[in-house]
Amino acid sequence: MRISRPVLRKYGFIAAFLIVPLALYIVFFVSPNLQAFQLALTNSRGISPDFAYVGFDNFRTLFADDVFWAAVRHHLLILLVLPIVTIAIALFFSFLINLGGGTKRGQLSGVLGSGFYKVVFFFPQVLAVAIVGVLFQAILRPDKDGILNSALGLVGIDPVGWLINPNLALWTLVGVAIWQGVGFYVVLFSAGMASVPKEVFEAASIDGAGRFTLFFRITLPLVWNTVQVGWVYLGIAAFDLFALVQTLSVDRGGPDDSTTVLPLEIWRTAFTYYKFGYSSAMGVALVFMVLTFAALTLRVTRRERIEY
Amino acid sequence: MTATTRRDAAPGRPAVRRGAAPARSRMDMFGPLSHIALVIWTILVVAPIIYTFLGSFKTNTELFGGHSLALPEHFHWDAWGRAWDRSHIGRYMFNTVLIVGISTFFTMLLGSMAAYVLSRYEFIGRRWIYLLFVSGLSIPPFLALSSLYKVVQNLGLLGTHTGVVLVYVAYSLPFTVFFLAAFFRTLPDTVAEAAMIDGSSHTRTFFQIMMPMAKPGLVSITIFNVIGQWNQYLLPIVLLPGDQQDKWLITQGIANISTSAGYEADWSALFAALSMAIIPVLIVYIIFQRQIQTGLTAGAVK
Repeated sequence: MRISRPVLRKYGFIAAFLIVPLALYIVFFVSPNLQAFQLALTNSRGISPDFAYVGFDNFRTLFADDVFWAAVRHHLLILLVLPIVTIAIALFFSFLINLGGGTKRGQLSGVLGSGFYKVVFFFPQVLAVAIVGVLFQAILRPDKDGILNSALGLVGIDPVGWLINPNLALWTLVGVAIWQGVGFYVVLFSAGMASVPKEVFEAASIDGAGRFTLFFRITLPLVWNTVQVGWVYLGIAAFDLFALVQTLSVDRGGPDDSTTVLPLEIWRTAFTYYKFGYSSAMGVALVFMVLTFAALTLRVTRRERIEY
Repeated sequence: MTATTRRDAAPGRPAVRRGAAPARSRMDMFGPLSHIALVIWTILVVAPIIYTFLGSFKTNTELFGGHSLALPEHFHWDAWGRAWDRSHIGRYMFNTVLIVGISTFFTMLLGSMAAYVLSRYEFIGRRWIYLLFVSGLSIPPFLALSSLYKVVQNLGLLGTHTGVVLVYVAYSLPFTVFFLAAFFRTLPDTVAEAAMIDGSSHTRTFFQIMMPMAKPGLVSITIFNVIGQWNQYLLPIVLLPGDQQDKWLITQGIANISTSAGYEADWSALFAALSMAIIPVLIVYIIFQRQIQTGLTAGAVK
């Protein structure tokens, strides 16, 4: 069969455009990820070329490891709190910013200065998490000179051990994550609200809907799809938190493993103890958790899309 | 909830008549309260950053003498000098700008090439290759930590900027390809067809016709990648180990200052270093805030 010149040229073009990105992606992304599954079945230590296959030994050790279960418990707690609180605060603010200003010349509008608030709230998002972590070390110092404790001292509250109290430290870290994340979701939900025709809100307002009705009955259902997207993002974030825990918590995951998370243990096992095999087994466990979360979310939150 | 709804619905604003309503008709408590909430969050966001900036001018006594909320007595720049000399912030900043610049450029070039071919040409294996790229979106980077280290080590690229760039590009491709493929699909066929009929080659059509048409999408994803790579912390600490300090990136450098020090630390120098890392980002953010907000939320609104 003769292949015509244009066809040949077309396939040449396709190959030329795909070869470099594909090769790079396979070498540095696909292959390490596949190798991780293999590595998880070995007792590989660091870069030493000698290792043996040990079957599921790593997983057996893992499931008997208290630190692993502590980390899993922390992920579940974070998964419960981080998305709900962040979404609630962000929805509240984006509602105020976009629709909370009452009616102006018959048009619903945001509060005064809404553009300014959006710019300020979003800013922590562009700061690196590692820098935020270091930034909050001074803010959250446990003594009376910590900036937060100084502020609380003004109203007569005794210094709080934000990061050194094992019962509080994890929530402090979640609080910092919320501090950083809210602005992103304010902008996200604002975009969602902006894509709903204004007439919908105005009609409701003319019919006498108060702000609560406007929020719960009109706005929330209309931006529900965006909220779901936010939920998935925050859920995935709940399985990360590496940079924050690594830079901000006491003793990296402490005190007494009270703030440790799987990514931190994966990193520590690999690069402090050089147990590459065991670390990869933890990585496999993490992937299963993340994918399970994603699959469950997709099933549970599927809802009729509202056309407008 | 129904009770609150009814209570709130009745007073305040009876049927708003277009044009006739007064400019701001709000006698209820909601307005002031909502402003207070917004102002409180503004303070929560801004205060830590201002405190850090002011802290860089304070002495240790001012910082820890029981009046940590007070303004600094004198505006000394000593700490800034110490931070610059000792903690090599300038070096790390330069490294980061270099790495992020190069790897974003290649991410965009290679990503748009792959996305273009995958979205606008029919060929065998197209779907599989696309899925291969997109499946990368759901894999947390922690799975391949050890094996990535081994791969990079075996290629002799550990502790080199080349290695970091290649890994950044590979890790940025899934989202870049996913987003740009969707974007290229929305562009009209007619322009490209006309160009081809006029004898333009595939390559030329891509660079001179399709790329300019895709500019809004390219800008968003460029911003997304710049910020994502600038903020990257995990990959640098894995790929640029401790014995390569002169190659470190900014996030690594900042995190190291705080851990290598202790309570006797030079806090004002740490604050100065933090300010040096934050201020350039702040300036860029203020200039490009609209584009940055669209760029970062681009993937979600789709």
